[in-house]
Amino acid sequence: MSVPRFWRRLKNLYNLIGTRCEKCGENYYPPRNMCTRCRRNGKIVPFKFKGKGEVLTYTIVHSAAKDYAKHTPYILAIIKLDEGPRLTSQVICAHEDIHIGMKVKSAFRRLGEESEKGMIYYGTKFIPLETVK
Amino acid sequence: MRDVAIIGVGCTEFGELWDKSFRELFVEAGVSALADANVQGGKIDALYVGNMSGGRFIEQEHIGALIADYSGLASLHIPSTRVEAACASGGLALRQGIIAVASGYHDIVIAGGAEKMTDVGVETTTDALAAAADREWEGVMGATFPGLYAMIARLHMHKYGTTQEQLAAVAVKNHHNGTMNPKAQFQNEISIETVINSVMVADPLRVFDCSPITDGASAVVLAPAEIAHKYTDTPVYVKASAQASGTISLHDRPDITTLDATVAAANRAYKMAKLTSKDIDFAEVHDCFTIAEICAIEDLGFVKKGEGGKAAESGITAIGGKIPINPSGGLKACGHPVGATGVKQAVEITHQLRGEAGKRQIEGAEIGLTHNVGGSGGTAVVHIFGRER
Repeated sequence: MSVPRFWRRLKNLYNLIGTRCEKCGENYYPPRNMCTRCRRNGKIVPFKFKGKGEVLTYTIVHSAAKDYAKHTPYILAIIKLDEGPRLTSQVICAHEDIHIGMKVKSAFRRLGEESEKGMIYYGTKFIPLETVK
Repeated sequence: MRDVAIIGVGCTEFGELWDKSFRELFVEAGVSALADANVQGGKIDALYVGNMSGGRFIEQEHIGALIADYSGLASLHIPSTRVEAACASGGLALRQGIIAVASGYHDIVIAGGAEKMTDVGVETTTDALAAAADREWEGVMGATFPGLYAMIARLHMHKYGTTQEQLAAVAVKNHHNGTMNPKAQFQNEISIETVINSVMVADPLRVFDCSPITDGASAVVLAPAEIAHKYTDTPVYVKASAQASGTISLHDRPDITTLDATVAAANRAYKMAKLTSKDIDFAEVHDCFTIAEICAIEDLGFVKKGEGGKAAESGITAIGGKIPINPSGGLKACGHPVGATGVKQAVEITHQLRGEAGKRQIEGAEIGLTHNVGGSGGTAVVHIFGRER
């Protein structure tokens, strides 16, 4: 992604800030500027998520696109946040530990880099809420 | 609205076609469709071209004009429109063509699709295909297409007890069908062991669970049903054309294992055709991954939710089974040149309904369905075709 495109989303990506519709109470992450329930009648404001949730489903990616190829294999998951929304992110844990229903919390991590001279992307990944034995 | 018929079909061979360019592929498919319909180029009123990513695969946009020009139609100034909906681009181009004829705006329309995917390296291809998902909130987090479908597969296995062997059975069945299709990219038999021992792409999906990277093009000629017999003794009638949208991101889907755009498009199509899933004799469905065929046959109503895994294993989706799925070999074995796929599905249905599908002919086929998906389910296109109007 281009620098401005990534930069525009920094606060969302770094701090897990999404949005909330004050009219119906629906929370959105990724952020939306239109409530999917109230549409034009909604009132969208920023909303910070606590960063806790659980793994709804996951995969271990062995073959990735070019910016991510050197990070393989990595765990990709859909996380359901405690406040409701679901998002796609990576989970950092031993591959044998990942499971559906695993409780996780957010962590600030490097997402990837374009090249040796290119931009480094940071953002939110997830780690197990409790140390897995 | 007018009834619409397919009066001619054409398709290139599918595969890694190093010596053929994008434009050559489309022209080859278009010319064979016109020859099949016995229609002269000057009779064409409009052209619709399904193409996902000319920009990424061959660094070419303005596909509509390119195709019109190299089809010899520029001097006739025939309108030509590119249609894009990721992997559903072909199905959507077909639907645009059908709408144009049904509305009375045009009479003879070519709806085709083409993709040239092997001119770039596999990492670029993977990244271009990932653009069908949400780049800002899936792609940037490391999501790949196999990764997204792998997460569907993982949850399907968890909820319904679907097994690795059941996924593999889909690939084995579609490869078997591919052996009887001279246009297919893969015409070799494989075994369950081949699939479950192949290289892991995104756990639990292995390389033999994935459709390949393919070059190819396909085209159909559409006409109003009332004049179809002027061109052919065996017109194939469009009984329904339906399209539905869903969330672009898999994580926003109410049920990760259900492509609700497929459910919506299918319900609209059945209503339009005044049919139910039980009336469908066979179908070409969007098996970009083995799990995708399992979800498709559930979401189209051929089997109950959660029972798709058992279908290929038990043989009901084989040619000769209760509901044959993907007689062409599907995306898995016939190949998946993304913009061409949705049109190729209609080409296969036409061959089957005309009774000219050779060794893979489904006996007594009267009504066939096509199902084409964009991304992980952001777009679904369902068509129903019949031998009788």
